[in-house]
Amino acid sequence: MIAIEKTAVQTALENLTNQEVYIHLETTTGAYAGLRNAGATPVGAYIRNGAITYVRGTITGEGPYRVGLKMENGWVYAEGLTDYEVDANGRLLLAGHDSEGRLTVALELSRTPFRM
Amino acid sequence: MMERHVLVVFPHPDDETLAAGGAVALQAKQGSTVTYACFTLGQMGRNMGKPFFANRETLPEIREKELHEACAALGISDLRMMGFRDKTLEFEDPETLIGIISDLLAELKPTLLITYYPGYCVHPDHEALAAATMEAVRRLPDNARPKIYCQAFSRNHETDLGARDVLLDTSSVWENKYRAMKAHKTQTAARIEEIERALAAGGAQKEQMIAALSQENMYSYRV
Ligand SMILES: [Zn+2]
Repeated sequence: MIAIEKTAVQTALENLTNQEVYIHLETTTGAYAGLRNAGATPVGAYIRNGAITYVRGTITGEGPYRVGLKMENGWVYAEGLTDYEVDANGRLLLAGHDSEGRLTVALELSRTPFRM
Repeated sequence: MMERHVLVVFPHPDDETLAAGGAVALQAKQGSTVTYACFTLGQMGRNMGKPFFANRETLPEIREKELHEACAALGISDLRMMGFRDKTLEFEDPETLIGIISDLLAELKPTLLITYYPGYCVHPDHEALAAATMEAVRRLPDNARPKIYCQAFSRNHETDLGARDVLLDTSSVWENKYRAMKAHKTQTAARIEEIERALAAGGAQKEQMIAALSQENMYSYRV
């Protein structure tokens, strides 16, 4: 992955508009959040291989970035994105990393299901 | 003391090294056959290297390679990838996990079993697998049960469990454990930096670091 290039990501989002795509969306503090810091609660959520169709996909912000995917009947949203890659399988991978390089958020879109 | 067969049961590539690498390497060095049943590929790990070089989709493959390298360093000759997904073990039917571990126990008849201490191992995958492992042992007749060493690291573990009672001098294998830690590059970069700094500094700092890597303590466990 490399630092997000906004126009490249915008193009990739547009290429996947108006078709069924598989989504991996995730945010996490890690399971050890409460171990290092008493009182902190591990928080996380993810969905892998949800199938969605969005009609408008937009990246905004000046870094870290936000992405919103507008669907006929709802929204997908991710904040804190710093890095991206369009991989060899044509999948758009977006992620946020903290100063230690740890993943904090991920939003990925693919025309075929992600590997389980 | 040499064991005929050691069965190591953990959910993530790197648990075998970080929780019990010294104990495992010591057994292998003494001639025990070691099987590691690794239940997931750590697909959902947050650490991607430092600086990061993995992403969510490449991480499983990278971690599997790291694990093979770590197993070679520790002397684990029989690595079994059990094919589950990171962060999902607690949502599986417990009987599925218990059944798999029961089958391993029946096949290998280990004399020593190494896993996490149920209730004191923090990560939900650790807890689910430790509980299933103990239940599988409980279902064996008394005289067929292996000895069990566990690792614990929750904040309260020493208050509740007291001091560890299995004290292992791992000075003969500290370099094996260190090599295994280094193999798990995506997960251990920060810790490796620290160790390398101490080793390079020489003198008391180096001695202290080697001493720390030369002792590994665990809890014995009775089901
Ligand atoms: Zn683990």
